[in-house]
Amino acid sequence: MSTLWNKYRYLFFRRTTQIGLLFLYFGANAWGWTLLMGNLSSSSLLKTVPLSDPYAVLQMIAAGAVLATDLVIGALIITIFYLIVGGRAFCSWVCPINLVTDAAALLRRKIGVDNFAKKQPATRNMRYWVLALSLIISFAMGVTAFEFISPISMLHRGIIFGIGFGWAAVLIIFLFDLLVLKNGWCGHICPLGGFYSLVGKFSLIRVDHTQENCTLCMKCKVVCPEQQVLYMIGKESIPVLSGECTNCARCIEVCDDDALNFSIRKLVKNNKSGE
Amino acid sequence: MNNKMHSDRRKFILRMARGAGIAALGGFVWSAYVDEVTASQLMLRPPGAIKEEDFLKTCIKCGLCVEACPYDTLLLAKPGDHKPLGTPYFIPRDIPCYMCPDIPCVPVCPTGALNEASVTTNGKLDINIAEMGLAVIDRETCIAFWGIQCDACYRACPILGQAISVEYNKNERTGKHAYLTPVVHADACTGCGLCEKACVTEKASIFVLPKEVAMGKAGNYYIKGWDKNDEKRLEDATEIKTQTEISKDKAVDSLNDAGGLY
Repeated sequence: MSTLWNKYRYLFFRRTTQIGLLFLYFGANAWGWTLLMGNLSSSSLLKTVPLSDPYAVLQMIAAGAVLATDLVIGALIITIFYLIVGGRAFCSWVCPINLVTDAAALLRRKIGVDNFAKKQPATRNMRYWVLALSLIISFAMGVTAFEFISPISMLHRGIIFGIGFGWAAVLIIFLFDLLVLKNGWCGHICPLGGFYSLVGKFSLIRVDHTQENCTLCMKCKVVCPEQQVLYMIGKESIPVLSGECTNCARCIEVCDDDALNFSIRKLVKNNKSGE
Repeated sequence: MNNKMHSDRRKFILRMARGAGIAALGGFVWSAYVDEVTASQLMLRPPGAIKEEDFLKTCIKCGLCVEACPYDTLLLAKPGDHKPLGTPYFIPRDIPCYMCPDIPCVPVCPTGALNEASVTTNGKLDINIAEMGLAVIDRETCIAFWGIQCDACYRACPILGQAISVEYNKNERTGKHAYLTPVVHADACTGCGLCEKACVTEKASIFVLPKEVAMGKAGNYYIKGWDKNDEKRLEDATEIKTQTEISKDKAVDSLNDAGGLY
């Protein structure tokens, strides 16, 4: 039992935050709770603290909208928060699409799609192109381009306010991730993930690798949705510094040898060389 | 060595070209889609909503206005509603805006897409100056215009007597009855839709449309010369002179000029 807990503790916490947040939002709309109102695009905490999606605000700037003070404060709070806990912690701890794509990735492993579709035909840098494109389109069309197509918003808004045909977009993402491209949406296309990857470059909380403990079982690389960030496994004792790491902590859980753990990034570089 | 460099360069250029091609295609489809979904004009927005064009870029689609509405009037557009996705609107025939005096939906807006200043007079929130839309009457189907007595919309109107008034006319068909017909006044109507909700015909004969859809525009060429306020509209007007073959000379000169006859 304790091993089961050890193997899935972070997963349990992640699912709890993901579903818990949605539940609070849902309660705000359905039963008038005031703890957390709105949705993941913008919300208000206890009716006082504004919280806003900084990427949506970025699109609004590109579109030429006049920014309200609350909105700027909200976006700053969120940006600072993710600068501390890891940019893409949003992706694995908050975003509801993560539930869908994780399910697709799990099923993909179970039915062995990975075995015959080894080659990944697309680059993970695509998300940065989509990010740039979203800002260009926002600027050219004068509307927040990604917000009008975002399946993330469709899902969380759908859960809180009614989903309409939004389930179709979610199903498409599931099937795309399952059959077309491994980690296709979250790992290749999603510009919000791209945005938080850029934020995450500077974040404090990191996964750290201890090479001496590593037995090269590579379980971490199997579960990791962004395998490229674990290039140092078995080679070097360094933290995962790529912003693309989602801090989902699956690698930490599956590691049987205590070779991976959370750590706080060292802001001042240690001088190991001199005595 | 040289050959390898060439082939690397070729690969690089090819890859860049492919990337640019995919980006252009994606961008084109994406813009076309966004243009299509934001084109809907028939949206009734919450009170205090800024101009639709600015609304689409400013609204962050958080739904705080929807949650603040005590009557569940406001909805967020879902996929399949054929409305700009995620933005708030209401359908008055289902649930109209009950015009709360404290307008709870407006101050909660984090982005200013619902502008408090536009529903404020003398530092106090004032729902009566909201401009959500304008009620329009179909005189063909409104039974009051048939001569049947009905003042459901008039009675339902929260700005009774000002936004909708009743006009008396003689019913020539019978010779002894009156037509009591509703008239909407655009300067007072807020577009709350209580009249549309109250209308007794199968499909409402009085209904709210966004003001830009329901109203025309006189422009700067026509003016109420007897109304000092109306003349103010022309203060910023700039003069545009058009010159044609006939108008290039003064009228008298043009008449005196015999066009080289003599």
